[in-house]
Amino acid sequence: MASLLSRFCRKVAVPGSAHGARMVSTTTSCGSETVKSLNLYSAINQALHIALETDPRSYVFGEDVGFGGVFRCTTGLAERFGKNRVFNTPLCEQGIVGFGIGLAAMGNRAVVEIQFADYIYPAFDQIVNEAAKFRYRSGNQFNCGGLTIRAPYGAVGHGGHYHSQSPEAFFCHVPGIKVVIPRSPREAKGLLLSSIRDPNPVVFFEPKWLYRQAVEEVPEHDYMIPLSEAEVIREGNDITLVGWGAQLTVMEQACLDAEKEGISCELIDLKTLLPWDKETVEASVKKTGRLLISHEAPVTGGFGAEISATILERCFLKLEAPVSRVCGLDTPFPLVFEPFYMPTKNKILDAIKSTVNY
Amino acid sequence: MALSRRLTSRSTLISHPLSAAFNRFISTDTTPITIETSLPFTAHLCDPPSRSVESSTQELLSFFRTMALMRRMEIAADSLYKAKLIRGFCHLYDGQEAVAIGMEAAITKKDAIITAYRDHCIFLGRGGSLYEVFAELMGRRDGCSRGKGGSMHFYKKDSSFYGGHGIVGAQVPLGCGIAFAQKYGKEEAVTFAMYGDGAANQGQLFEALNISALWDLPSILVCENNHYGMGTAEWRAAKSPSYYKRGDYVPGLKVDGMDAFAVKQACKFAKEHALKNGPIILEMDTYRYHGHSMSDPGSTYRTRDEISGVRQERDPIERIKKLVLSHDLATEKELKDMEKEIRKEVDDAIAKAKDCPMPEPSELFTNVYVKGFGTESFGADRKEVKAALP
Repeated sequence: MASLLSRFCRKVAVPGSAHGARMVSTTTSCGSETVKSLNLYSAINQALHIALETDPRSYVFGEDVGFGGVFRCTTGLAERFGKNRVFNTPLCEQGIVGFGIGLAAMGNRAVVEIQFADYIYPAFDQIVNEAAKFRYRSGNQFNCGGLTIRAPYGAVGHGGHYHSQSPEAFFCHVPGIKVVIPRSPREAKGLLLSSIRDPNPVVFFEPKWLYRQAVEEVPEHDYMIPLSEAEVIREGNDITLVGWGAQLTVMEQACLDAEKEGISCELIDLKTLLPWDKETVEASVKKTGRLLISHEAPVTGGFGAEISATILERCFLKLEAPVSRVCGLDTPFPLVFEPFYMPTKNKILDAIKSTVNY
Repeated sequence: MALSRRLTSRSTLISHPLSAAFNRFISTDTTPITIETSLPFTAHLCDPPSRSVESSTQELLSFFRTMALMRRMEIAADSLYKAKLIRGFCHLYDGQEAVAIGMEAAITKKDAIITAYRDHCIFLGRGGSLYEVFAELMGRRDGCSRGKGGSMHFYKKDSSFYGGHGIVGAQVPLGCGIAFAQKYGKEEAVTFAMYGDGAANQGQLFEALNISALWDLPSILVCENNHYGMGTAEWRAAKSPSYYKRGDYVPGLKVDGMDAFAVKQACKFAKEHALKNGPIILEMDTYRYHGHSMSDPGSTYRTRDEISGVRQERDPIERIKKLVLSHDLATEKELKDMEKEIRKEVDDAIAKAKDCPMPEPSELFTNVYVKGFGTESFGADRKEVKAALP
């Protein structure tokens, strides 16, 4: 079943709709639905095991992945699939991603790990100028769709300037790649498998705070969650909240608190930031009339700005209040001041209340 | 040769540079002593310097004291991290002290040093105080970067120490830029751009080398080869582990980084070379006892036997101690007393740093830009400007 799906994915052309490639989720049709309680890094590990098992031409590489990686996402892969398929690279992000693009251009699946999203910048040129534009400028002769770049992102409580950044906004500005961010173990496994099998290059950010903290029942079989489909994880009528990754747990807390004060919140997990599911968010805002976006990255130029502008274009007459953005401050990610910088539950709650009472 | 005791008053820890605190036990005897380095130098495209290093009683004893201080400071930082007083990431330098100390002995405060994140001891060598170190590690106001940098970002402008960088490899082109400025300003000074064996594979290093060689910049690239790039052994990451030869057309020298005198000789040689002929690479063969950082036990990718083997055979402090004892510059008891005093000095600095307050919350917004160009912060409804930040 899974190998059939991977062949299906390889050949399907990307349709022109805003949703991007639609993929069939196999959660219901596969035989036994055994689930296991896993944390985020174990779920990612399982996804990688399945990806390598189902496609003999897939490879996992990056800094220190051989012994399991700094977050243990790649444990057991080198032992099971051999050093020819799971290997360490030298310390050179630009080289690693460029190498991955080349591998992918020859029809392989390259799953590249960048150790921390903060270190992805040397590879930025390769991603933006090479990976994103390869199919376009070669007139579809070549493509590097088999490339998936995984990187842990986001605050972790004490990470400081270079272990806490959220660079998703930089990549959302590049047509030609996809940006995917899961919120939980179950989502991560499905989304990662979809990303690896998607015929476009994908940048997959994993919320490092949740690697150990988040535990969920994850199905053991091979399943995929469609890209470019947002999910309404909590229904409500008064205000729509949009977020992704670890920030959703904070937003959910704020929703619960708001409910105690009689405000009914609808919470949407965007999952794929590029191309993003505009229809779902639009439908929700047309229902509630209010929108709040929250992300850890600094507010100016963050992805919330894109969501805000698009929704404004589509829902102007239905909006009851200005779109609210509760995000990180416009400073470098601080060291001791992290609690002030972060978009906390109280800041979100405050914003919910002022938006509703506008 | 008996040690001349100087009963100077105990100096305070806060602002006095390291040397003043030494006066109790360090002889001011500057009669030259010649020390042979443990190993000969290996050279690439240049003639290696001689193995005989000029030193003095004072220097030998101050080497011992400073290295013991650095070692004690790093061990204390380890305990503080485990007690959660230091948060974030903490990369310790114990085992590599000879590089910091040997380099300092060969240069002046006008020569610049720039390094990656394993910078506590280099900062101390450049004249930083223990109090500033611990205050910065714990994120307090009186830290050298005002509590905003943390372990990886120590700086000291008046001693030309350009820090403390998180992204490895990025500091090398920066260092070459500093060297350019020094050459332009005719300062007769050089820049030591330090990096590790992991970072040696970064492309930007070769870009920096090419530019430095093209324009004859007084930059000295120092590879602190401790054989492991975090968890990856050097033979797994590099086709050519001869980092001193990586410059190709740039000369290089391989140095035993656990021998402070070899380091001193090499740095002196490199400075003379760089001022006349342009860039040179120094590879310091050294070792770190701790893991890559406090989150890394350091034993999953190397054996405990290897670590204890190096500690027994090549420990830099032990080497100096043997030299001190064999030259009769101090007795075992005197050295032990010195170590006790060092321990107390470190404990005092930690106690004082613990009392220091955290920076003001408004410091979150300072120095993003130069004053006057800051951003605005809105309230939740985005209508009212809550603060115009400096």
